[in-house]
Amino acid sequence: MCLAVPAKVLEIKDSLAKVELSGVMRDVSLMLLPEAKIGDYVLVHAGFAMQVVEEKEVEEMNALFAEMNGAPRMVREAAEGGSGRLGQETRA
Amino acid sequence: MDKKQERELAGRMVEEIQRLAEGQGKLRFMEVCGTHTVSIFRAGIRQLLPENVELVSGPGCPVCVTADDYMDLAIAYAKREDVIITTFGDMLKVPGSRSSLGEAMAEGADIRIVYSPLDSLQVAKDNPGKKVVFLAVGFETTAPTAAATVLAAEQQGIGNLYLLSAQKLVPPALRMLLNDPEVHVDGFLLPGHVAVVTGTEVFDFLAEEYHMPGIVTGFEPLEILRSLCRLLQQKREGRAEVGNEYGSVVRKEGNPVSRRILEQVYEPVDANWRGIGRIEKSGLRMKEAYRQFDIRQVLPLAVASVQKKTACRCGEVLRGIVTPYDCPLFGKACVPTHAIGPCMVSVEGVCAAWYKYGSGRFTYGR
Amino acid sequence: MAGERITLAHGAGGKLSQELMQEVILPEFGNPLLNELHDGAAVQMSGKLAFTTDSYVVRPLFFAGGNIGKLAVCGTVNDLAMTGAVPRYISAGVILEEGFLLEDFRSIAHSMKEAAEEAGILIVTGDTKVVGKGQADGIFINTAGIGDILPDVHISPKNVKAGMKVLLSGYLGDHAATILAGRHQLELPDSIQTDCAPLAELVQSLLRAVPETAVLRDPTRGGLAAVLNEIAEASGVGILIDEEAIPVRPEVQGVCDILGFDPLYLANEGKVVAFVPEEKAELALQTMRNHKYGKDACIIGEATAEAAGQVGLRTGIGGIRVVDMPLGNLVPRIC
Repeated sequence: MCLAVPAKVLEIKDSLAKVELSGVMRDVSLMLLPEAKIGDYVLVHAGFAMQVVEEKEVEEMNALFAEMNGAPRMVREAAEGGSGRLGQETRA
Repeated sequence: MDKKQERELAGRMVEEIQRLAEGQGKLRFMEVCGTHTVSIFRAGIRQLLPENVELVSGPGCPVCVTADDYMDLAIAYAKREDVIITTFGDMLKVPGSRSSLGEAMAEGADIRIVYSPLDSLQVAKDNPGKKVVFLAVGFETTAPTAAATVLAAEQQGIGNLYLLSAQKLVPPALRMLLNDPEVHVDGFLLPGHVAVVTGTEVFDFLAEEYHMPGIVTGFEPLEILRSLCRLLQQKREGRAEVGNEYGSVVRKEGNPVSRRILEQVYEPVDANWRGIGRIEKSGLRMKEAYRQFDIRQVLPLAVASVQKKTACRCGEVLRGIVTPYDCPLFGKACVPTHAIGPCMVSVEGVCAAWYKYGSGRFTYGR
Repeated sequence: MAGERITLAHGAGGKLSQELMQEVILPEFGNPLLNELHDGAAVQMSGKLAFTTDSYVVRPLFFAGGNIGKLAVCGTVNDLAMTGAVPRYISAGVILEEGFLLEDFRSIAHSMKEAAEEAGILIVTGDTKVVGKGQADGIFINTAGIGDILPDVHISPKNVKAGMKVLLSGYLGDHAATILAGRHQLELPDSIQTDCAPLAELVQSLLRAVPETAVLRDPTRGGLAAVLNEIAEASGVGILIDEEAIPVRPEVQGVCDILGFDPLYLANEGKVVAFVPEEKAELALQTMRNHKYGKDACIIGEATAEAAGQVGLRTGIGGIRVVDMPLGNLVPRIC
């Protein structure tokens, strides 16, 4: 129902930020997210920054990968491959 | 993560889903949000699921559930010489009881497609002699952007910008579904971007009052698969909790500024959902203090909507009771270029997705 | 002529029309056949001909890497090329709106000339009309082209057989992304431009190397999705493509993510899709990659006996979904 994408804050002028997603730039409003700082990744919806994207995603994916490799909660025979090697990049 | 790793991880998750689903009866999970519906179809997720795990789509496409009479009103405003309509693109095709905005546009109405509600401010500045009306549709994610636009207009002294609100709230719709004896759902994939604004607590009643599992989730295929694992685990263990698998942007408290602005500008009101009917306190209307930005108050128009009886089963489709294939109109009288029911209207509608992608159990070459 | 504008008199056939011809059109387009200024061009052709026409309307008129003029020539050249023809002659019919800047018209004409030169096609006849303010959107251009069909080439959308490979000559969606970005206040780096280019030479080298090529199409409006669906239907085969094999620039994907589009549906103006027998696929790929307009070519999928008439896409996570015909205008999706 609500298309939103993560983008990096490059510049801030008053309540407008220039953000970048995969090389595409647009001005978005910071009215709903005044705490955003240059360098933050923010979630953009309908021309507004809605939330700061936390690096949590990296951790979450790592945890997930660990789970898939036999860590607790989703116990299964340990599969091949190591955990933690997904930590270098995030979608953001 | 590169694509190879992504595919590998997806493969493992699918295996995990199969393992968790094994031995359980038929399970139906509802993705409430239309953007989830599109992600699920685009990634081909349905096809990867075991036979006993079914995904049904809920009422979470705000364009689809926008009612006839709202569209009739929007069209009536559009036809006025002194009005310019600004709108998201997907509203153009939504049928009113007689015609659509797209048709009004072809007849010469001044309708501008915008990406952001804020773009309406510029239109208002450029056309001081006209009333610029933004068609404010959307759920909790989008409503703050329209409200912020009103506040910006107030700050900048722009007096010719108005909203025509048909904005809606998700939790009351979920409650309606859970109270409906015809609806059978075993868990919810909850709308991640709504939760960005509202936080997760507004969904706690699912578990507390209805013993219903729910997972707030993102829109990447892996996030959706992971959330399905979580739902299956809960079912397997007989638990019912509301979890958050979209922690990168969803906080417990949501976005406080957005929530404050929502409360400042709007108040809840009973609202009419296309195909479903009236749901108590599920809509947002502008508060008295902002009446000068409410086109309904400033320029009231009486529009008589014609009630049409059709064989459309969207009401049941939106509640996950039947699939689009059960509707006699689907793919025949009702197609995306000539939509009869709400679910065919927007690309995010359930029927539109089924029409475009098939049931999702596409067994190409197997 | 800075600031000078087109007036209704420029299209009235009198002195100003002549000036337009002498000062803008002939200096750009002039060639012995056009310079005759007769009512029509007398040209020499032999054998089987290809004949095509297209009208061009685009907003904005000027965009990164091109303008409506380049588009009008390349589009018709490419339509000829897709039939297996060597483009020879092209016409240019121009409808101008009163008040259009003369220097804009000149630069559009100049782009037409450059594109025609590169494609080896001669502009041999044309027409200019001027309509009142508000009766057109700046400039509309119609071009029609004729070409000689190469001997021993049999291109038809009905020719595809199961097992044939699908080749795409490069990155998808550059043209549409460039145009859409402009319309929705998105800023793209200079490296992202329209892919608008004449493909005749690329196609001819492909056809010389692989005369067994079954069909060629340029995925313009409706994008790759439309072209593949038309071929699947015409040939009665299924087509299965691989999401990961389809080249899309990150910036183009970015535009799609922001506006809610799918790159498979974006228009291209300098790409070709080719179906070739499996055993010739590698040769076809190398031939394409040796040409500047095909250097990023890829094999993106194959025709199948299953799912006749349908197009399937193997997704990044290993699912398969249907790719259907586009439904009309691309408007940004927000919710």
